[in-house]
Amino acid sequence: MKSKAAKERKVLMCGNEVIGEAAVQAGCRHYFGYPITPQNELTAYMAKRMEEVGGVFLQSESELAAINMVLGASACGARAMTSSSSPGISLKQEGISYIAGMELPAVIVNVMRGGPGLGNISPSQSDYFQAVKGGGHGDYRIIVLAPSCSQELYDLTALAFDLADTYRNPVMILADGILGQMMEPVALRQINPKHVKKPWVLTGAKNRPGRRLCSLFLETGGLEKHNASLQEKYRRIKAKEVRCETYNISGAEVIAVAYGSSARLTKAAVKMAEERGIKAGYIKPITLWPFPEDVFIKEKDKNKKYLVVEMNEGQMVEDVERCVGDRKRVFFYGHAGGWIPQTEDIFKRIKKLA
Amino acid sequence: MREEIVAAGFGGQGVMLIGKILAYAGMLEGKQVTYFPSYGAEVRGGTANSTTIISTAEIPTPVSRHPDVLLAMNSPSCKKFGSRLKKGGLLIANSSLIENVFKRSDLTIIKIPATSLANNLGNKRSANMIMIGAYLKYKAIVSLKSVEKAFLILLPGKKDLWDINKKALRLGME
Repeated sequence: MKSKAAKERKVLMCGNEVIGEAAVQAGCRHYFGYPITPQNELTAYMAKRMEEVGGVFLQSESELAAINMVLGASACGARAMTSSSSPGISLKQEGISYIAGMELPAVIVNVMRGGPGLGNISPSQSDYFQAVKGGGHGDYRIIVLAPSCSQELYDLTALAFDLADTYRNPVMILADGILGQMMEPVALRQINPKHVKKPWVLTGAKNRPGRRLCSLFLETGGLEKHNASLQEKYRRIKAKEVRCETYNISGAEVIAVAYGSSARLTKAAVKMAEERGIKAGYIKPITLWPFPEDVFIKEKDKNKKYLVVEMNEGQMVEDVERCVGDRKRVFFYGHAGGWIPQTEDIFKRIKKLA
Repeated sequence: MREEIVAAGFGGQGVMLIGKILAYAGMLEGKQVTYFPSYGAEVRGGTANSTTIISTAEIPTPVSRHPDVLLAMNSPSCKKFGSRLKKGGLLIANSSLIENVFKRSDLTIIKIPATSLANNLGNKRSANMIMIGAYLKYKAIVSLKSVEKAFLILLPGKKDLWDINKKALRLGME
């Protein structure tokens, strides 16, 4: 394994650019965006690369316009992407709801910053609720992927396009200012995009019956039926697409739970605890929706404690409480507004619980 | 082994490039590296800084609370980051622009008039390479060869600038 890794040529790129290159390699030829820190390098990168590969780059007049351009491009069968950061993602929510309702593939990148409101430009994990619990109106779900290093930014962006096409559903890459701005070595592996047939695309109805893509269902029972079919799809996604990294769950007294940037620190803290003889493990969800519920539900040991570490005031912790089913054993460590945890501080909390 | 390096100075002094070159050189040597820029409202003439971490183990965060090394290109950054240096840390100060070096008895302090030396070479913007040279002389965290290779990869097509920067690197090491 190591020799294979050694053979792979690695480059040093900032995370935002890594996402852009993965999208290009995954066959994305339509990018629409509006600038906002800390994701501007992605928009700038796409401006350069789309021209090189003969794609479409458009800096729109607003976030709202960008997401609706994604909707349009996707309806015509293109692999389309938009990106923004927290306040800009809020503006896109109407479009995301429409895309989900119309069952169109789309990849949306959120390089999170501090909120609420315009907040600040510091790294944060402030948008978990918005990403996994809805964001826009209506009973819909989007697949949410949470990378924690540059390699995952690359690999998961490629995966996002395949999942979006497979399920005709929006997929969000939920990164943050650290991941977007940081440079670390990444192997730009060859990506083989999955070719999914799209018999629904709008290409003009010459010599064939017309097709219709919409999210408006006024006829009696029509919307109910549509929702039932969406729910059926979400159940399929939940059954097949959960992704999660775990370490020493069975042997641990304390299980740390974290995703994204805070997962890097949490893993280091668990290692530190182990070196000091504490029985610790971790769960790192990679899909935040579908959430890796079974990992928690299947754990029958009623003595295990969970420490959820987030760069916010406690959002994913609610899902962990729900799945563990015993709030007394679920603990939280985190703050909002640009706070970044330290390995030692997470370790101290693990130690206290052990 | 794990070294956390902050390079800081005015925007335009090339402090981001210091960080990138060191990170790239580390990567070329097969080490784990991260580079993290200060981002946001920085403009030419304002302050800018970058954090580079070079390690033999996985790097949990690219952010450093208490760096091992500070390459300070101007006075404000010397003050700001000097106080945050780890106990016993290394401070390399561009004495052309820093009159009163931060006083901390536990630090190893190297003063080098990087800007004047670079001016003498004919390009004051090579001061950053003189700073890297001074650092490598004190501590061979990466090899000179790797640094040179990194420069050429990061600044392709700037071979005309390479000669003067190569001299600057070596001058810093004297």
